[in-house]
Amino acid sequence: MDGRVVKGTSFTNLRDAGDPVEQAAFYYREGADELVFLDIGATPEARDTMVNVVEKVARQVFVPLCVGGGLRNINDMRRMLQAGADKVSVNTAAVQNPGLLREGAAIFGRQCMVLAIDARRSGDNNATGWEVYTHGGRKPTGINALEWIKEAVDMGAGEILLTSWDADGHRSGYDNELNRAVSELVAVPVIASGGAGTLEHLYQALSLGRADAVLAASIFHYREYSIRQAKEYLAAKGIPVRLQ
Amino acid sequence: MVSIYRIAASNDGERTSLPPLFLTAMNRKSKTIAVINYGAGNLGSVANALAKLGYMPLITSSVPEVLNAHAVFLPGVGAGGDTMQSLEASGMTAAVLKLVELQRPLFTICVGLQVLLSSTEEDGEHKCLGIIPGKVRKLPQGLKIPHMGWNQVRQTINHPVFNGIPDNTYFYFVHSYYANPSDSSSVAGVTEYGIEFCSMLIKGNLFATQFHPEKSGEAGLKMYSNFLKYALS
Repeated sequence: MDGRVVKGTSFTNLRDAGDPVEQAAFYYREGADELVFLDIGATPEARDTMVNVVEKVARQVFVPLCVGGGLRNINDMRRMLQAGADKVSVNTAAVQNPGLLREGAAIFGRQCMVLAIDARRSGDNNATGWEVYTHGGRKPTGINALEWIKEAVDMGAGEILLTSWDADGHRSGYDNELNRAVSELVAVPVIASGGAGTLEHLYQALSLGRADAVLAASIFHYREYSIRQAKEYLAAKGIPVRLQ
Repeated sequence: MVSIYRIAASNDGERTSLPPLFLTAMNRKSKTIAVINYGAGNLGSVANALAKLGYMPLITSSVPEVLNAHAVFLPGVGAGGDTMQSLEASGMTAAVLKLVELQRPLFTICVGLQVLLSSTEEDGEHKCLGIIPGKVRKLPQGLKIPHMGWNQVRQTINHPVFNGIPDNTYFYFVHSYYANPSDSSSVAGVTEYGIEFCSMLIKGNLFATQFHPEKSGEAGLKMYSNFLKYALS
């Protein structure tokens, strides 16, 4: 059986996260299955900093690295991949130019192309739906999230990093209706993100939400739980995970 | 674009990292590890893993340099047909065949394993190197494809390359196609994903993994380290 993944962390703000290279090495040693760097920042200086971080991390972390946030074009992606990222994630740039996914998949392979999406529940509860928000969750687009995800996968996205706008930051569990709807919709892996406050939440996203992987930031970042604890908890619940 | 690293491992397995000029004079005593650069693949990750182990691989697109190396890595990411084209265009098809003929230690990864077979059905039928008889087929429908994530490798033979790596250890996979050798004589490991497929091959001094040891944490590093100890001894 496929080992499900407990993803390391997202670095939502590099300035506050301490030394990202040290953090990454720490999570690697703790047994993270993958590391995701998000919200790099949109300025050229921020991107240069990130390239440097990725290069350093790739020399000491031997699990997959995904980098995203602020990548606008093929050149931005190429720089990150050459620096040592295994995958790049795009969000706003892909909404503005869906061709970017097709182009990226053709050049780098679809396994490199992660669609990151912030999905917010629509007001009308009868029509169970979610709307795509861009620009770090600040800007509504009027686009139906499920339709967009389907299109993005057709274009070349090889993985979905799915963040619930509603659940993110509340630490009261993932939006598992959303996770399940997306996981059943597409045939590529779905990473659940946003809302983890307890280890049970991770379990729920993988069971109820049928996600292929879970991403958590704050519960690991503030050392409430170690990655090892999370994995042992999931293993005891019957979820296949990699224990070192 | 690619930085060139120079050598490192000495005969007795002691690791040294010396500046390039000095090493030129040392070549006869030390051993060269080449990572083939054929314009594709994640060679940086493989080189990083080897550097972490204390070796300094030579990343090269030169056929003579590859043929002169004591151990060679062929990285891979992407489609089988494209990879064959890139190998052909860079002259590496003949080089890889020659390495096998010479029984030179060779480690090929992911699509680098797939190209060893007779042919692949990825993007239409493409002829491959034919070193291992058999075909490369698409993973069955029903599970998520690509098969992307950690999965277990059941060791089907005993070999020093598995030293210190327990049976059924998790390794990192990213692929949509799998190798289906026509006989099991070179199969060294298998993995289950919808079906049971060959995830590792060993034939003499030729080693190949469908998974990415360079992205498989400490177990992957251990496998590279075992291979190099075996290859350079």
